[in-house]
Order: sequence, then structure tokens, then C-alpha cells
Amino acid sequence: MPGTIIETKELTKLYNGYRAVDKLSLSIKEGEIFGLLGPNGAGKTTTILMLLGLTEASSGEVRIAGYDPAREPMKVKRIVGYLPDQVGFYENRTALENIVFTARLNGIDEKTAIKTGEDLLKTVGLAEVGNKKVATFSKGMRQRLGLADVLIKDPQIIILDEPTIGIDPKGVNDFLALIKGLSRERGITVLLSSHLLNQVQKICDRVGIFIKGRLRALGEIGELANELLKRGNIEIRVSVKEELSDQVVGQIKSLSGISEVKVKDRELLIQAKEDLSSPIAKLLIDAGFSLLHLSTKEYGLEDIYQFYFEGGIEDGKAS
Amino acid sequence: MEKQANPFAVLVQKEISDYIYSWKFLILIGIIMLTTIGSLITILSIIKDFAANIDLENSFLFLNLFTASDGNLPPFITIIGFLGPIMGLALGFDVINVERNRGTISRVLAQPLPRDYFINSKFVAALLVIGVAIFSIGFLIMGFSILTLGIYPSLDELLRIVFFLIFTCLYIAFWLNLGILFSTIFRQSATSALAGLAVWLFYTVFYSMIVNLLANAFYNNQANINIFLSKMARLSPIGLYNELTTILLTPSIRTTGALSFEQLYGALPSTLPFSQSFLLIWPHICALLAGSFICFAISYLIFVRQEIRA
Repeated sequence: MPGTIIETKELTKLYNGYRAVDKLSLSIKEGEIFGLLGPNGAGKTTTILMLLGLTEASSGEVRIAGYDPAREPMKVKRIVGYLPDQVGFYENRTALENIVFTARLNGIDEKTAIKTGEDLLKTVGLAEVGNKKVATFSKGMRQRLGLADVLIKDPQIIILDEPTIGIDPKGVNDFLALIKGLSRERGITVLLSSHLLNQVQKICDRVGIFIKGRLRALGEIGELANELLKRGNIEIRVSVKEELSDQVVGQIKSLSGISEVKVKDRELLIQAKEDLSSPIAKLLIDAGFSLLHLSTKEYGLEDIYQFYFEGGIEDGKAS
Repeated sequence: MEKQANPFAVLVQKEISDYIYSWKFLILIGIIMLTTIGSLITILSIIKDFAANIDLENSFLFLNLFTASDGNLPPFITIIGFLGPIMGLALGFDVINVERNRGTISRVLAQPLPRDYFINSKFVAALLVIGVAIFSIGFLIMGFSILTLGIYPSLDELLRIVFFLIFTCLYIAFWLNLGILFSTIFRQSATSALAGLAVWLFYTVFYSMIVNLLANAFYNNQANINIFLSKMARLSPIGLYNELTTILLTPSIRTTGALSFEQLYGALPSTLPFSQSFLLIWPHICALLAGSFICFAISYLIFVRQEIRA
């Protein structure tokens, strides 16, 4: 079993009395891809900076591979690669020069750095432009270069802050696939933050949903969905011409997989665990009702996310 | 396996190459070189007159190369006293805030190096660049004069010139630190450049005006006014530097203050040896060093306490 590599206990950060991060307890296993999700200003970047020892925590504990980043920042920074959300490069230098500089700051000698740098540029698909100045790079290319920059020190953990921001959808998919491939191939633990659940859920093993400094939900995407959608994730809306009888509503309720039925005049709002629209339609027609409208709506991840974001869950409890 | 590079050396190396390839540095060096060549040519054409007045007691002809002028172009000490601060400010005003705005600072600080390496390397690199530039210019003047005039400096003169160049670097370092200070305080490099220039302008133009005004308001005796003026001038880095270099390069100056007739009585009208001139300017050196350190210490403190994120 892989051990825990990132652990926080009751981590709190106060900015002038404002709780940017509130009692965050989190543990991330080795080799895992963990997504820290939350809207802008939720405290994701602050958390990341505390993990790196770039900002001091107001209270609480952090352990990165057993080290406390506040006390032993050098040891932590040696094994952690960090890609900031607004990654900056020295514009008048080439891509290769930029990452070789990072490598040399990590004590790698120049020859090795150039060789590793060239290999990494190939990996991230920038081999062709390695000797071009970064000033000419697009946002997507910069992110790729950022990934190469993070990987050049051969880290155990990489932390990516909003890595997909500003890249087009195809670029995002390629980029995330690259991260996933690298993580699996090299056994690197990845912590990435994002405010776009649908983008990152594809590659994350687990996600934590982080709102206003607090961790509201934690787990695999599937688990989260299940927890939220105990009532089922299909909403069926039916309207009929005639007045609905209690008998037919009872019959619908007794169908397996139906968790809730709401009646409003001549309309039915049904929560189900699977798409039961055709048995419901059959039941209604057999009972002599004229079906005017029937629609189904499936809750997706976006809805889960929306639900959490809009404060549907308070204090970590499902409403 | 090559020896592992020290991250500090890597940072300094990168800074130096940044400076050398930057337009601002090339332009500055261009200006300084042009004016220096101009003043040198003027001096070489008028040095005959100085040579004619030379006697055994006052044989520091070589120092005239740095101090003499025909009235059209200022001498080297004035040029460097004027352009030095601009050079220091220009090298310092954007070192921290530009990295912050470009987002390179968080990338560098995420590497395994102490946070203060970042600001220290900026200072060391700029100081090295300044040192190399100032010493090259100074030695070029000397070499050129030796070639054209055929005279060479005495040991005393050489020492004076070398120390003059060292103190010039120190003086520029003061302005450099002021620039670094503003670059840590202000997020916009334009603001920090203007703040630096404002301080410089205040000391070059307005300071003496204000001091004159005060002197005339407080005292009505010309001697007292002069004492007050010279004291106040020492509160300005520009005044300090001017006095320091003048004393250093003019061995005939025997004191920084006014002398009474009693004190002058029996004094031989001779020049001071280097060690005595040095003694005379020791307080100035300390003051410049202190100013420099204070500016750097403040920027250091602000920098290490600053949050990394914008």
C-alpha cells in the first residue's frame, strides 16, 4: 500500500482576521492524482503556498514526505515541483535556457541539465521550439514549458495551480493526458487545483471540494456523486391532461428505483435512480391518462459541482 | 561528475548576463563613455597649462585628469557623480517588482534555495556589474593618458585613483540599494523608477536650495552660514560623495572645515599624503556605507516578509 505523502492537520491561514483556509485536514497518498476544486478565492493557492512553505500557516500542521515545509523548506522544495497559476518565464531567454536555469538552481550541473531539458521538451511536445525565446510562446506552450520546468528536478510531488486556465479545450485534454501519463509512468504524486471540475475530473483519482477556506467534500468523483445524489440522479417531469389520482401516484411510487415523487396539479416531478420514463409513461397511459409532456434530466458532474458551490451543503453535511 | 553549482552563483550569473544584455545598461554605459571621452579629450588639450604650473610640492599632475576641466565639459568626477546615481537607480529600480509582475519570482522561490538568495543575488550582481564598469572606465582613462602624455601615476596617485573608483562604486551602490528598496515597496516599476528619480532630483536640485534658505533664515553671519551649509551638505549623499572625491583627488585640501588663523599659523603649505587624506574622508565613507546598508536592510526585511502571491 502506498503511504501518505502529503498530510495536513487543521491547517488554518488568517489574513487580517479573514480565514482564507479554515482547519483543512487532508491526506494524499503516494502516486495519487488529487484535485483541489473550488471557486476563485476559495483558498486553493494559499493552501498550496503553505504546502510549499512559501507562506506560513497561522496554525495547524503540514507534512510533505515527513518534512515540515515551514521548518525545512529546502528539503520540501527539493522534492516538490510547483507550477504557479500565473507561471512566468524569462521572456528574452529560450525555453531550454529557462528550464536549464531551474535545473541549475536545483544543483544539477549544466551538461546534465541541458540533456534532461531537451528530453523533457520532447516529452511535453516543445522540442521544435526549444531554442526559441519564450516571448513568442502561446499560453498553451507556456503551460507545457511550465510542466517541463517542474519536472526537470525529478520531483516526487508536483503541485499545479490552475494548470488548465487559459488553454483551449483540446489543449486542456492533451495537457491533462500528459500529466496523467507522467504521473503513472514516473509514480509522481500530483496535486492540482482548478475551478473547472469537468476538466480535471477525468484525471483525478480523488477530489476535494474546497469552498470559502473549508473542505466541503472529499472523495472519488463517483462517491461524491453518490453521496449527493442519494435520491437518484434522474429527474423526470411528467404532465398530463387529467387530474392525477392518488392511486396512480402510488403506483408510480412503487416502481423500483423511484425515490421521490412530487405532485403539483397535473404535473409530476419524480426523482429516480435510473431512467424510468417509459414504464412511467406506460403506467399513465394504461391508467387512461393523456400524456402531454415527459422529459428526463440527468444530473451530471457539473450539477454536483454547482450544488456544492451554491452552498447546497453546509458544514460538510448533505442537505 | 561536475561540481554542483551553488544556487547563489547560478542566480548571480543569470542576473549579470541579464544586465549586460539589457538595453538600459548599454545606453547608460554609452552615455558615460561618451561624456568621459569628451572630458578626457578636453583635459588632454589643456593639461599643458597644468603641467606648466607644476612644482615639486604639488606634483599630482595625473590626478588632474580626473578633476580638471576647461569649463565646457565637466571633469570626470563631476560626470560620474552625476551619472552614477542614475546608473545605480537604473540597475535597481525594477529588480524585484518586474520578477513579481512576470510571475517568475514564485517559480524561482519554489526551488530549493533560501528566500534571501533572491534579493542578495540581485544586489551582488548589480554591484559586480557596476564595479567592472567603473574600474574599466577609470583604468581606460589612466591607460589612455599614459599612452598620449607619456607620464605615469605615482604610487600615491594610483592609490588615490583606485580608492576613488572603489568609493564611486560604493556611492553608486547606495543609489542601487535605494532603487532595490523602491522596487520591493512599489509593485509598478514605473512608480519605483519615478520615486528613485524624485529622491535624486531632490538632492541634486532642491536640497541645496532649501538648505540655503534655512541658512539665511537662521544666521546672518557669513562664516556661520558657511559652516551650516557644509554641515548640511554632509546629510546629502551627493554632498558626501562630492566632498569625499574632491578631498581624495586633491591632495592640497587639508581640512573639511574652516580653520582659524591660529590653526593655520606655522602650517607648511604642503599637500597631504594619501593616508592623511584618507583619514579626512573616513567619516564620509562610513556615512555612505551606513546609508547603503540601511537601504538594503530595509528592502531585505520587506522582501523576506512579503507574501509571494500578488
